[in-house]
Amino acid sequence: MVRPQDRKFVSADPDKCVGCVVCEYACSLTNEKTFNPTKSRIRALRMGPLNNIAVACRHCEEPACVAACPRDALSQEENTGIINVDEEACDGCTWCISACQFGAMMMHPQKKVVFTCNSCKDQEDGPQCVKWCPEEALTFVTAQQLAQKSRISAVRNLFQEAKE
Amino acid sequence: MFSYAGKILRVDLTTGKISTEQLSEEMAKSYIGGIGLGIKLLMDNSKPGTDPFDPANPIIFATGPLSGTMGPTAGNGYAVVSKSPATGGVGESKAHGFFGPDLKRAGYDAVIITGKADKLSYLWIDDDKVEIKNGENLKNATVSETDTRIRDELGDYYIRVSAIGESGEKLCRFAAIINDEFRAIGRTGMGAVMGSKNLKAVAVRGTNDVNVADLDGFTEFVKLIHERMKGPATKKYKTLGTPQNVLVLNSLSALATRNWTNATFEGAEKVSGEYLNEHYVKKIVGCATCGMRCDHIAVVPEGPYKGSTSRLEFECLWSLGPLCGVDRLDAIIEAMRIVNEYGMDGISIGVVVAFAMDCYEHGVITKEQTDGIDLSFGNAEALIEIIHKIGKREGWLGNVLAEGVAKAAEIIGNGAEKYACHIKGLELPGYDLRTLKTAALGFSVSFRGACHLRNGAYSPDVKGKVNRFKIEKGRGKMIVPDGNLYNVIDSLIVCKFSRGTYYGGMDDLSNYYTLATGIPITSAELTLAGERIENLARLFNYREGKGTREYDTLPWKIMNTPVPDDGPAKGLVVNNEEFQLGLDDYYVARGWTSDGLPTVDKLKELNLSKYADMLPGGKD
Repeated sequence: MVRPQDRKFVSADPDKCVGCVVCEYACSLTNEKTFNPTKSRIRALRMGPLNNIAVACRHCEEPACVAACPRDALSQEENTGIINVDEEACDGCTWCISACQFGAMMMHPQKKVVFTCNSCKDQEDGPQCVKWCPEEALTFVTAQQLAQKSRISAVRNLFQEAKE
Repeated sequence: MFSYAGKILRVDLTTGKISTEQLSEEMAKSYIGGIGLGIKLLMDNSKPGTDPFDPANPIIFATGPLSGTMGPTAGNGYAVVSKSPATGGVGESKAHGFFGPDLKRAGYDAVIITGKADKLSYLWIDDDKVEIKNGENLKNATVSETDTRIRDELGDYYIRVSAIGESGEKLCRFAAIINDEFRAIGRTGMGAVMGSKNLKAVAVRGTNDVNVADLDGFTEFVKLIHERMKGPATKKYKTLGTPQNVLVLNSLSALATRNWTNATFEGAEKVSGEYLNEHYVKKIVGCATCGMRCDHIAVVPEGPYKGSTSRLEFECLWSLGPLCGVDRLDAIIEAMRIVNEYGMDGISIGVVVAFAMDCYEHGVITKEQTDGIDLSFGNAEALIEIIHKIGKREGWLGNVLAEGVAKAAEIIGNGAEKYACHIKGLELPGYDLRTLKTAALGFSVSFRGACHLRNGAYSPDVKGKVNRFKIEKGRGKMIVPDGNLYNVIDSLIVCKFSRGTYYGGMDDLSNYYTLATGIPITSAELTLAGERIENLARLFNYREGKGTREYDTLPWKIMNTPVPDDGPAKGLVVNNEEFQLGLDDYYVARGWTSDGLPTVDKLKELNLSKYADMLPGGKD
């Protein structure tokens, strides 16, 4: 049994992300064997040239998408936190899309059911967007590691001597 | 045929008729895509002598074979081709960013737009649903406003928009088309052609798959290029960026200053790439699918232009800075921002302002004619003021300058043509050709007018591979291979910043092409395609009365005003004797006549025989 704080998800560092959408292409290549960002499970967003971020499912503890689904088509894997979509049960009603605060749940343009990040669970070396990201802006991390990273950077800012 | 969409879209704005046709494999392989395909479609879809602003002049948006794939830099481009209102010959420009891949995913290798809408409109391409939409509420809107409002109206943040600003609507002859805020189809006035058609923007959403022939092979190749992009070939672009050239060119007495009066700038340090990066650059961002990044986003931290934000590269930094004698980066950043918002060519606008300043300083235009603006070299406020006037075509001078330096000089008269630095009507980019003479030759023979990117002829000069103070025999021959290569690059629409990552040159590029399209092509065939495109462009210019030797010129100042700055370059000009020798050498190397025209045999060799009867005596 994996502790919730140890579940991994794909997270983008807004300071490093440059909005190049290589992650979107890597995702559609891996999961759909084609080039098509509209079939990507991670989406980048640019608001003005300086503000870039890529967003994917964060494998929430109490996933609102699962709770919202009226047909029990969504379920969360205990160990990984990955949201699985039962493509037979999903009728594309989009309640889960409204429920997700991150825009990480999306409608598949051809299958007409929802889809979201599966952490590339079938890939030996994990999420391919992370492997491809040219800026190393994406990481496959736990909540624990994210919090630690923020603390480390806060302390570095506070104490000059701790700076690299 | 993979990775091509296999389809061309035709839009007639006069009748509203919209249709599609197939792109044949033969056409694809012969002309590749981008500018190659665009020039071919321009040639075959226009009548000789059509005015660039005539509704019958087609404007062609073309993607490349790799657009929409994961190919770094080649995956994200598009080109626009039309008859240029600046030169009267081939107009073409490319832009990267995010627009190109959506056009490909929407299902088109090219869009041929003809006619003129009865009111300001925009074209909405939503996969196979294509509509001409009312754009009257976008009149005089800036480029970024247009982008935002169209995406709001259509209700999708991810729609990509390629738009003109006020200057395009007002037919400024160096108006640009801009996508993704600051990515410009900059050169040769393509924005004005859109304006003449009442076409404010093209908005596109593409949701189809783009598939390549050999997915595993292609992916491996892309991985290899990503790896190379982490190395030395892209270091310049990822660190100081192209503004690094400021101090390099200054040290070579090649930094054109005050409208090619000086070849060095006393304020170079203050507008250097080093200074820019230390004080202004906040982040370096990138285009779709690119494994490098180059967009140096500069923000003014304080002073009158506080908060002004713009991407800044060497060419525009130079044209709005040293060329106008301006040494204030805050004003240069603000100038760049408004140039993008009006939608103007960032190179041409600086040359136009510098021309006006030169005229002003020589008493060719008076303070009355400038509406009281003190257009002295170095006046940063005046730079901003006059750009606004040109963008709006406001006042006598603003209106005249919007015609570009060649036509403005004709209107102004009084000896103004001596200060008009252009070739074939296109304003000169950022090199002092008196001290970079291979570049001088290369710029003069470029089919789209003064350009450093048609054959990269500045490179042997700057890298010290030749005596750059002299045009010698062999120099014409030297620039031919890169001329062909650059045509291929602009047809694949590979970003030139990444050209260094294709270590294998044509071998790499042909491999890239075949992995994606499944169409076998050798590097020799690809080189031949590059040569075919060069010859076809030359023929188009000839058809329009602009293709012969007399149009391969240099600006008056380059040939008549010696470099005054102390140093090894002092006293240099390009003299006519060496220049003519260079032209002869180039034409021979191209297999052209001494008048600079392809021969019937050359056309045959390039599979262009169908155009042979255009040549003098060709009908016999």
